[in-house]
Amino acid sequence: MSKPKFDELKEIILESGIKVRPVYGPEDIKDTEFDKAIGRPGEYPFTRGIHPMMYRKRPWTMRQYSGFGTAKETNARFKWLLEQGQTALNVAFDLPTQLGLDSDDPRAEREVGRVGMTIDTLQDLEEAFTDIPIEQISTSLTINPVASVMLAMYLVVAEKHGIPWDQIRGTTQNDILKEYIGRGTWIFPVEPSIRLIGDMVEFCSQNVPKFNPFSVCGYHIRESGATPVQEMAYAFEIATTYIQEVLKRRLSIDDFAPRIAFNFDIHGNLWEQVAKFRAGRRLWAKIIKQRFGAKNPRSMTLRMIAGGGGGGLTIQQPENNIVRGAYYALISALSGTQTMALCSYDEAYTIPSKKAALISLRTMQILADEMGLRDTVDPLGGSYYIEWLTNEMEKKIEECMEKVEEAGGMIKAVESGYIQSEVSRQAYLQEKKIQAGEIPKIGVNKYVLEEEEAQIEFHAFNPKVAKEQKRKLKEIKARRNSQEVEEALQALRKAAQTNENIMTPVLKAVRAYTTLGEITKVFKEVFGEFKEPVGL
Amino acid sequence: MSESSEGKRIRVLIAKPGLDGHDRGAKVVVHTLKDAGMEVIYSGLHKTIEEIVKTALQEDVDVIGLSIYSGAHLPLSKRLIERVKEEGLTDKLVLVGGNIPHRDIKTLQEYGVAGIFSTGADLNSIVEFIRKRIEGKNE
Repeated sequence: MSKPKFDELKEIILESGIKVRPVYGPEDIKDTEFDKAIGRPGEYPFTRGIHPMMYRKRPWTMRQYSGFGTAKETNARFKWLLEQGQTALNVAFDLPTQLGLDSDDPRAEREVGRVGMTIDTLQDLEEAFTDIPIEQISTSLTINPVASVMLAMYLVVAEKHGIPWDQIRGTTQNDILKEYIGRGTWIFPVEPSIRLIGDMVEFCSQNVPKFNPFSVCGYHIRESGATPVQEMAYAFEIATTYIQEVLKRRLSIDDFAPRIAFNFDIHGNLWEQVAKFRAGRRLWAKIIKQRFGAKNPRSMTLRMIAGGGGGGLTIQQPENNIVRGAYYALISALSGTQTMALCSYDEAYTIPSKKAALISLRTMQILADEMGLRDTVDPLGGSYYIEWLTNEMEKKIEECMEKVEEAGGMIKAVESGYIQSEVSRQAYLQEKKIQAGEIPKIGVNKYVLEEEEAQIEFHAFNPKVAKEQKRKLKEIKARRNSQEVEEALQALRKAAQTNENIMTPVLKAVRAYTTLGEITKVFKEVFGEFKEPVGL
Repeated sequence: MSESSEGKRIRVLIAKPGLDGHDRGAKVVVHTLKDAGMEVIYSGLHKTIEEIVKTALQEDVDVIGLSIYSGAHLPLSKRLIERVKEEGLTDKLVLVGGNIPHRDIKTLQEYGVAGIFSTGADLNSIVEFIRKRIEGKNE
């Protein structure tokens, strides 16, 4: 049999629309100057990684998503994860908490404690962190429209542990623009929501310098259907929108850019993801340096959490997701991520069980300790294909960013529904390709087990959690100083109505055990609510 | 084409009840039904059952499809069916999609849900199901 010619081979087109040839060589990167485009790790433009020694010095941070039910249960799970060698916490909140509803709100019915821990007042967060060494860990709080309240609560909890604010390390997810595109926990309209983020960045840069006030999430945009190029491009458009908001407050780019963090998705084609991150690091460095005039190299580094990719997991044959998780961990490590959080194998249908969470943690530990992934930095750097693909991805990401600018910038593009429409159209096309078998998905459209019945087991919902939580809420409302609460809420209203930074009055309210719902209500009254564009 | 026997296009409301923000599946179904020639109204997120019933009335839809990923599909579906009955909208076809465990399918059917489409359901089968039930009903 004769060897097939190239043009007889099946065409390979990546999700981002890039055509892949079977072989690459030096001619494909002959215009790529090593110093300018690739360079050394830890040096501008950071294509190969943001630290000179990367994992040789220290492995990636391991941070599994966890939290459910009451603060007490969550506290027990946190302690267990830390005992197992996890080095940071990633806190899951239930939907009422994420949407600023108290557990006695009628809209919270049957949702209290369902997909994460429930928080009504400072007391709940105090319980969740009882006997946890806050000064030794970094804590990621997965919360968005009411992130200011959660930040205030966390600061007060740390204070009560005797830890000064300048020692606190952590992140509030606090990326509202992606909530309008995917994930869906939005409350207020776009402009005031971005103002709240600006207030938090301003406050943290002055008082909590080791804290990341927001983490821009390409992740959820990709989970909603975006291509890897759209994921990176939209994340950058979002991040520059927040930067512009903060720059209005007479802070310089170097005052806060070193604390900008990103959260990205990993599922899909291995090489495309690796190139996405290398291209993203290079492009971000250029944007921060050239467009915003940063002088501090640390401002120019794309710091990220990666490893999750729920959209790549399947309900069918769920154990296969353990294998997918291991590949995702490998991709993340080859991509030079700072923090890794894997989707547990049961994530396609529930929040992680204890067993699944431990397997994810061990997957990362095996990769870090047994496979040589930490021996040398950016082992794929210099590969003809990877460097060529990195160049192609960078061009595509820039083109996609220009389209958003043409649509009037990210704020307008989200208010009009342009981005939501682009992303959902992509999700539809992708689903059609999977159903037609054009995109192979093992267990779904290939190697299907006919007799298999989908094994969906939700994290058991415990209605007692809501009952107990409501009792606690009632008790604390009776015990707290209601005049203090009233004054704090008035101060908050005044700050929201003017351009006074809201963090000081939010802290005051939180200290008085004002509820999350009471604080949110003031914001709603002043700011109004987001009207979702529903035309697709 | 997707018309009832009276010659009017089939009208569908795809709704997201409760606090759950997973709307990828709902939106994929919206695109699918639109491409199949149906009139589709998408509710947007965080709707109460009351709001969904009101929209169904105002828009005079033939089909109400709920998309639920939070695990609260049983109480939400039950309440929708109760409200649909109270409003005398029993001619409406009620569908439920999302993360639906196999063991809950029978319960949902007992409530009066006509079709259940779990994650990964064949998109064509949703189109076919609606056509068959709506066009068949009017013959």
